[in-house]
Amino acid sequence: MRTRARWRDVAQTAVQPFARRIDRDALVPEQVIDALRVAGAFASGFPETLGGPSGSAADPVVAALDHGAMHEAMGRASASVQGLLNVHHMGGSAVARWGNATQKDRWVPQLCSGSLLCGIAITEPDVGSDIAAVKTMAKATGGGFEITGEKAWITCGAAADLFVLVAASDGGPVALLLPKTTPGLHICPIDDMLGCRGYMMARLVLDGVWLPGDHVLGRSGFGTSHVAATGLESGRYNLGWGCVGLADAALGVAMDHVKTREQFGQPIGEFQLVQRLIATMMTDIHAARVMCESAGVARGQKALHATKEATMAKYFASQMVNRVARDAQQLLGAQGIGPDTPMAMYFRDARVMEVIEGTTQVLETMIARYGYAETMG
Amino acid sequence: MSSEHAIDLISDFVSKAFEGARIGPEQDIFESGFGNSMFAMQMVTFVETTFDIELDGDDLDIDSFRSIARVAELVARKRQETAS
Repeated sequence: MRTRARWRDVAQTAVQPFARRIDRDALVPEQVIDALRVAGAFASGFPETLGGPSGSAADPVVAALDHGAMHEAMGRASASVQGLLNVHHMGGSAVARWGNATQKDRWVPQLCSGSLLCGIAITEPDVGSDIAAVKTMAKATGGGFEITGEKAWITCGAAADLFVLVAASDGGPVALLLPKTTPGLHICPIDDMLGCRGYMMARLVLDGVWLPGDHVLGRSGFGTSHVAATGLESGRYNLGWGCVGLADAALGVAMDHVKTREQFGQPIGEFQLVQRLIATMMTDIHAARVMCESAGVARGQKALHATKEATMAKYFASQMVNRVARDAQQLLGAQGIGPDTPMAMYFRDARVMEVIEGTTQVLETMIARYGYAETMG
Repeated sequence: MSSEHAIDLISDFVSKAFEGARIGPEQDIFESGFGNSMFAMQMVTFVETTFDIELDGDDLDIDSFRSIARVAELVARKRQETAS
């Protein structure tokens, strides 16, 4: 496993120098992906027995925190790259968790090496938060499934080699392993996103796609409650950490600015109203980091409350990063809203965080339900 | 661990999850209106951590989770697999 400092070094040297280019080109360059492969970033969060980081099985809590540190470091360097690694782990963790032995042997080593990039295809044009209502239909036929429908807003959709696809079936929601080369799958990139432009977002059109029965992940009926839920829990944990990193990046720029920018004969950081903003941002980031750490401990312990903790961490951190990005941008004045500036990118990227992996409003209903369940009996 | 002890532990977990409701070992959890997606994943985590077993995709059979007794049978089977 790598330490927090080591991940930060990897992110600063191999990712951060490309962040603005990724934002401009809406593309993560292959040399960045190669560097992440070499660093072992794609294996982070996977079980050691399946190719995950060596030493992680001995201390799952440390492994979960180390995985979080990786996402924090990537979030600080580029929210787009953090998102790429996030969805890779969302789909991959579902395969590692619910795949049978044959599926794990076939797919997980390649996911851990990063030779295959993974995505998760749940959202549809008319289905967002209510994932059990997916309309894409998988019809049992010829020992497999014929699938017709459309998936929308699929992060890494234009770059992933393998998707974990959630569809409806006569036996209930089903998750299937969908290689990008499958005949009948049409991948349509989505351009001009507000933020996280390097997500390489795409729409997937499934026009009579046929997958053999051995591509079913788990069993029909468990596609959302277990397979998608596993991916989404990973995503919320990862994204909480990513938000901490992104917020820290915005704070860093604001810090440098208020120490050097002089108005009325002194650095603006000497003004108490500026200090209040800095103090609020620092405390907000610290609170989110502590929540992510708590979620990491619960995740490593496989505690029953781990899902709730990950949900709360994402809920808090995704709002926190918006507060921090707004205040940091305010402190930079015109320099925070100028063209092609890091702060403008942070601000746009932050907006995405409250939308993906469960909107703030949906997470509120989930957290309340966890609370109700805990106080019963 | 005896089958009765496993049933007691699972019953306690299910009862806590549903407002202290008393659910018989053979009672259909889902038809009784108690099952939901949050409970479904928590049940998996509970049996894995309590009984030191690992479930995978092949274990995802709705009948194995339909009642407390069926979950206990799944636990016994997985423990036997692990031991052998």
